[in-house]
Amino acid sequence: MTTHATAHHDDHHDDKPHGFLHRWVYSTNHKDIGTLYLIFAFIMVCVGAAFSGVIRTELMKPGLQFVQPYFFNEMTTMHGLVMIFGAIMPSFVGLANWMIPMMIGAPDMALPRMNNWSFWILPFAFFLLLSTLFIPGGAPAGGWTMYPPLSIQGGDSVALMVFSIHLMGISSIMGAINIIATILNMRAPGMDLLKMPVFVWSWLITAFLLIAVMPVLAGAVTMLLTDRYFGTSFFNAAGGGDPVMYQHIFWFFGHPEVYIMILPAFGIISEIVPTFSRKPLFGYQAMVYALASIAFLSFIVWGHHMFTVGMPLGGELYFMYATMLIAIPTGVKVFNWVSTMWGGSMTFEAPMLWAIAFIVLFTIGGFSGVMLALVPADFQYQDTYFVVAHFHYVLVTGALFAIIGAIYYWWPKWTGRMYNETWAKVHFWWSAVFVNVLFFPQHFLGLAGMPRRIPDYNVAFADWNLVSTIGAYGMYLTPFMFFFILWHSKKHGAPAAARAWEGAHGLEWTVPSPAPFHTFSTPPVIHDEDLAHGDVSH
Amino acid sequence: MKAAGSMQGKLGLGVALTAVAGAAHALAEPWQLNMTPGVTQTSREVYDLHMWGLYVCIAIGVVVFGAMIVAMVKFRKSKGAVPATWSHNTVAETIWTIVPILILVALAWPATNIMIKMAYTEQSDMTVKITGYQWKWGYDYLNVGEKPYHVHFISRIDPRSDRTRELRSGQDPWAVKDKDYQGVERNTYLLDVDHPLVLPTDTKIRFVVTGDDVIHAWWVPQLGWKQDAIPGIINDDWTSIHEPGIYRGQCAELCGQDHGFMPIVVKAVPKAEFTKWLDEQEALATKADAPAASPTAAPSAP
Repeated sequence: MTTHATAHHDDHHDDKPHGFLHRWVYSTNHKDIGTLYLIFAFIMVCVGAAFSGVIRTELMKPGLQFVQPYFFNEMTTMHGLVMIFGAIMPSFVGLANWMIPMMIGAPDMALPRMNNWSFWILPFAFFLLLSTLFIPGGAPAGGWTMYPPLSIQGGDSVALMVFSIHLMGISSIMGAINIIATILNMRAPGMDLLKMPVFVWSWLITAFLLIAVMPVLAGAVTMLLTDRYFGTSFFNAAGGGDPVMYQHIFWFFGHPEVYIMILPAFGIISEIVPTFSRKPLFGYQAMVYALASIAFLSFIVWGHHMFTVGMPLGGELYFMYATMLIAIPTGVKVFNWVSTMWGGSMTFEAPMLWAIAFIVLFTIGGFSGVMLALVPADFQYQDTYFVVAHFHYVLVTGALFAIIGAIYYWWPKWTGRMYNETWAKVHFWWSAVFVNVLFFPQHFLGLAGMPRRIPDYNVAFADWNLVSTIGAYGMYLTPFMFFFILWHSKKHGAPAAARAWEGAHGLEWTVPSPAPFHTFSTPPVIHDEDLAHGDVSH
Repeated sequence: MKAAGSMQGKLGLGVALTAVAGAAHALAEPWQLNMTPGVTQTSREVYDLHMWGLYVCIAIGVVVFGAMIVAMVKFRKSKGAVPATWSHNTVAETIWTIVPILILVALAWPATNIMIKMAYTEQSDMTVKITGYQWKWGYDYLNVGEKPYHVHFISRIDPRSDRTRELRSGQDPWAVKDKDYQGVERNTYLLDVDHPLVLPTDTKIRFVVTGDDVIHAWWVPQLGWKQDAIPGIINDDWTSIHEPGIYRGQCAELCGQDHGFMPIVVKAVPKAEFTKWLDEQEALATKADAPAASPTAAPSAP
């Protein structure tokens, strides 16, 4: 039997390196590097949340009580950069590292030494970025989008920010190359492309997006750097440049970036929902094609982030229509998840709860996305709290909820221990309530006329801001809950079976829990019934 | 116009909400939930489009979330549900690919009509130039009909709001009040300026919008649009305000430390009153010999 043979074989040379330095700093093991990514992302979530704490506390009531407006702008900027590049993206890369080799029957990532470098660049990138808080002139304060001319009015934080983004870009590109090389070259015999788990598909497509757009971002910020320090005028109107050109370049990166942060989440949900519905994923091939269509469309819709810059009518119409098309493949995904649940035999363990919350709340974020695509309405919504609500629904209750669901889902495989289901349910319901208290009122604020990125506001906006801040304070407890639940499980959790969930399919569940340090050193013999999707006929 | 008209017919509830919300309120209300219809034809069409989009989303939400709830109630293992083994259905998949396309067309159609009208800035009766500065607005009245004007002034946050918004000022934001156009006292904290932009009602006014230093965005929600004010670029827009009143807005593009403190106030007055006011300002502006002195020529209230 595959499971047994693999386990036995792996035990034979389960030679974890000894000593902290050798185990973690020199690591070339995909599981250890995955763990490093996830720990790093967890720390960054806490840092980013602390920044948002400053924002929400200052916005609790009208008048400035705690910080100067400039520092407030530093906080909004750093919150965005840290959460996007430090929390969400590394979390997904960590999950990819842990799971992709185990899901396709590969012994490790294709390029293990580069894998080590991909990770260890990140702490230095964020050291540069976070150090700007302590230099003269303070941290970047021009928004995470770094629009010139404002973004280059700052002090030397501009240079540190640009170099840090270069490093993040190098890290992401190397990670993406590694993932593509692994998926295309290291699949076990019998793991056809159209038998791969949807999570692996989602990452294959995401990795191509990363390779395509991270260099674009690097180029854009390099032009900011030379405008700031070397007298070029790429974006300086007085020198013949064009500030709007920056926005076109930035959003050519930025819109695919949005999908880089959500496609792996789609993959995760497509793993969790069939498992706890005990029914195969509905419309597997449609799901794969939908992922690919969304990825393709992401390259041709960037203008919808900048409807108010004064593009010609034809351009605005094009970007509106193209953007609306995204609703079709996204709708297919949502309908297919619901159809997977339909006719199943559902149980509601923590991963499933997070997945269901994802489907509902991400869809709400999608609805506001459709509304934002309508250009005349966008003229009202643009740069208001309506937009803030929209992207927090897709990024927090979307991406982050999927990540938390994934951690609960694969935790027994990683550690060999179950978590406490009751506490996990408390963690879930607490988060589900407070995240909506936090973000739903921001729709109202935006529609009532409150711009984003302001430290103070008219008293008419006071009530919903207070509600939103209460929601935020509720959410600040959740990282502690999560940490405690996982720590407790690691120490005292009940042992997990190899197939930790009754309805789970896929190669990762054929190896013991915890997964040995080396898995699939010899390729497994794949039985189609082990796979979530062993039948390529549909 | 046609599309919006037929849409209003379809959206009885939207119209009812419009009436309840009251178009004349220039300021947000505490606990306000929704956009207001505004005071121009454009803003009302934009509002109707917003409501149409919202209703479509709610309808889809009811169907999708309803199906999820039914599934979660019916197909529970604890109720002895036995999992089915099917995993595709071509008819269903075709339907839910085609139907969204039709829904999107139903949304895009009115949006396109409104966009075409909003983009038509020609045949305007007068032109005002708007310039964003860190952190104030500059207004130039360029012409009314064929007649050129030279009226220019700077519009800044009012001193009371400005004092109150200082860090730990100890002053109460709730105490910053002013009379609105109807003479009712309303809170104007951070939404009042020293010199409002005075405009005539029922006149097609063309705006040319630019920025001096960084990118700003000129936004008065009651007019139904915002426009980025970008250095080196001139954008144009138009409005025609139906009701006299005081309409308040703010800069909507992050522009530095005082981004939150560069409000916009539009004072819409009947045409005759406007012409009288503008001619007075023109006399003051042309009296000052040096054009450089004109920015300091503060307009008096009409």
